[in-house]
Amino acid sequence: MSVTITPPKAPTAFAKPGRPARVPDRHHRGIGRWIVLAVVTAGALVMLVPFAFMLLNAFKAPGQYSTDGPLSWPSEFYTQGLRTYWTRVDFPQKLWNSTLIAGSVAVLAVAVSLLNAYALGIGRVRGRLWIVGAFLLANMLPQESLVYPLYYFAKEAGLYNTRLVVIIIFTVIQSAFGTYLLASVLGTFPKSLLEAAALDGAGKWTILWRVVLPNVRPTLAVLLVFFFIWTWNEFLIPLVMLIDNQTQTIPVALASLQGDRLMDAPTTNAGALISLVPAIVFFLIFQRTLSRGITVGAEK
Amino acid sequence: MAASDALVTRRRATPTPKAGRGPRRRRGDAAYWLYLLPGAVLFALVIGGPLLFTGYLSLTRWSGIGDPTFVGLENYQRLLDDTVFWQSFRNTLAMIVAMVVVPTAVGLVLAAVLFDTIGRRFKPRTANALRAAFYLPQVLPVVVAGIVWGWILRPDGALNGLLDAVGLGALSHDWLGDPDTALPAVMGVMIWVQIGYPVVVFMAALQRVDPELYEAAEIDGAGWARRFWAITLPQIRPETFVVALTCTIAAMKVFGPIYALTRGGPENATNVPSYFAYYTFFKKLQVGYGSAISTVLTLIIVVVALLFIRAQHRAERRDGGA
Repeated sequence: MSVTITPPKAPTAFAKPGRPARVPDRHHRGIGRWIVLAVVTAGALVMLVPFAFMLLNAFKAPGQYSTDGPLSWPSEFYTQGLRTYWTRVDFPQKLWNSTLIAGSVAVLAVAVSLLNAYALGIGRVRGRLWIVGAFLLANMLPQESLVYPLYYFAKEAGLYNTRLVVIIIFTVIQSAFGTYLLASVLGTFPKSLLEAAALDGAGKWTILWRVVLPNVRPTLAVLLVFFFIWTWNEFLIPLVMLIDNQTQTIPVALASLQGDRLMDAPTTNAGALISLVPAIVFFLIFQRTLSRGITVGAEK
Repeated sequence: MAASDALVTRRRATPTPKAGRGPRRRRGDAAYWLYLLPGAVLFALVIGGPLLFTGYLSLTRWSGIGDPTFVGLENYQRLLDDTVFWQSFRNTLAMIVAMVVVPTAVGLVLAAVLFDTIGRRFKPRTANALRAAFYLPQVLPVVVAGIVWGWILRPDGALNGLLDAVGLGALSHDWLGDPDTALPAVMGVMIWVQIGYPVVVFMAALQRVDPELYEAAEIDGAGWARRFWAITLPQIRPETFVVALTCTIAAMKVFGPIYALTRGGPENATNVPSYFAYYTFFKKLQVGYGSAISTVLTLIIVVVALLFIRAQHRAERRDGGA
C-alpha cells in the first residue's frame, strides 16, 4: 500500500521541473518518465496482489495450505473447495436470485426515474426544487434509518423473505438517484423539439415516448448499468430481508457462510472467486458505457 | 435531434391522447403530476414513511413485538453516556480518513500522473491498463472484498505468509483480532477498495480540460508540480467536490466491509454507527435505541451534506465573481 500513497510533491523529482519544452516531446524525455511509470506500475501491482492470493489459494488442497502456507504454488489442481461452495450455497440459485433482483431493479428504477424526471425536468411542476431536493436527500440516507420499519412492514405484509420486497425497495432507492440525475439532464432538453412535437398534436405521453426517450437513451443506459451493479453489491437490506437459500443473493450467501467450519481457506477463496466472476464479466461487457457514465455522474 | 423531429412528423397522422394541445405554456401544467404519481407513492412507502417511523421509534422502547412504549428522549440520553456510541463515531473519522482523505489525495496525484505523464509520454493504452488495475477492487461486491481480506489478515493468512517469506516473520500478527491493529487494518482495506473511484472520475474530468493550458504552461517552463497546482487542481475542482461528498457519505454509512471483516470487534475497536445500529436492532432487539442511533447518524449525514453543498456553491460563486 505504501507504494501508492505518494505524497503530492514526490513526483516533481522525476518530472524535471523548469525544463522548457516547446512541444511535448515523446522521444527525448529522459529517464524520469520511466521512473514514474515504474512507481505507478508497482502501485497497480500492489492493488492486484489480493486477487493473486485468491487465485493461488482457491485451487490448493487444504492439507498443503496448512503445511506449506498461503504463498506456496498448488501442487495439484484442487477443485473440491469450489465444489463444496457451489453445492453448499446452491450457487446457480444464488446467481439467479442476484440477477433477477438486480435486473428487475435496474429496469424498474430507470422507468420510475424517467417518469419522475419528465414531470420535474420538462413538466417543471410547482415546487420541483423541493422535490428534487427530497430525492437527493433520500439518496444520502443511511439504510439503517429505513431498515427496521421496512423489515416490520414486510413481515406484516407477508413479503418478508421474498425477492419482490427487495426489488421494490431498491427500485425506490436507486430511482432517487436516477430522478435527481435525469431531472437535471431533462432540465436542459431543447425546447424546440418539445414545441415542434406539441405543434404536431403529440400528447405528453407521446412526447415522452417518441421525443424524450430516444434522446436520453445513452443516459438511461448508463443508469441501467449503474443500478444493476449497485443493486448486485447491496448488502444490508438483502441481509435483513432474505433468510433462506431460495431467496438470498450472492453477497449474503457468501457472508453467511463466514466462520462456518466447512469454510477452510481454499473454500473461502474459491467462493469469493466464483462470486466475483459475474461482477467482472458484467464490468467488462459494459466498460464503455460505464466510463461514459462516470463522466455523466461527475457532471451532476 | 433531426431524427426525432422526423419521427414526430411521421407520428402526426396517428391519433394521440388529447392532453397538451398546441404550444401552450408548460409551466405548472397539472397533467405532469400524473407522471410523478407512481414515484411519489413508492417514495412515501419505502422512504418517507419508514424514515418518519424510525424517528418516532427513537422515542420509544420496543423489542419489535407488541406495542412500542413512549419514553421521550430517554434513548438519546442513553446515547450520550454510551461509550460504544462515541467509539463508533470516532471510528467514523478513521473511515473518513481511509475512504475520503487518502483516496482523494492519492487519486488526484495518480490521475494527474496517469493522464499528464503516462498518458502523454507513453501510449494511452498504458494509462488505461493501469487505471483498470486501480479500479478493479471497485468492481467486486464489497462483501467479497471483505471476506478475501478477512482471510488475508487472518493469523494463518496470506499477509503473515508474505511476512514470513521475506524474513519479517517477527511482525506476524493477528491483524484483525488485536484491538490495536484492527482499525488500521480495516482502514488499509478500505483504502484499497476506494482508491479506484477517484482515479477514474478525475481521469475522466481531466479529459475535458483544454490541453492547450498544459502546453502553454509547459512552454512557460512550469514543471509538473506547478501544472498540478495551477491547472489540474482548479480545473477539476467540481469533480473533487463530488468525489469528496459521495465518499464522505459512503464512509459515514459503511456497513458491509465491517460486517465481513470484524463485525465491529474486537472490543468495538472497529465498530461504526451503521453496524452498531444493525446490531442493536437485530441482535439486541432494542428497536427504540437502534432507531435513535440511526436518527443521529441520519442527521449528521444530512448536515455534512448540506455543508458540502454550501461550500461548493460558495466556491462556484467566488469563481463566477473572479
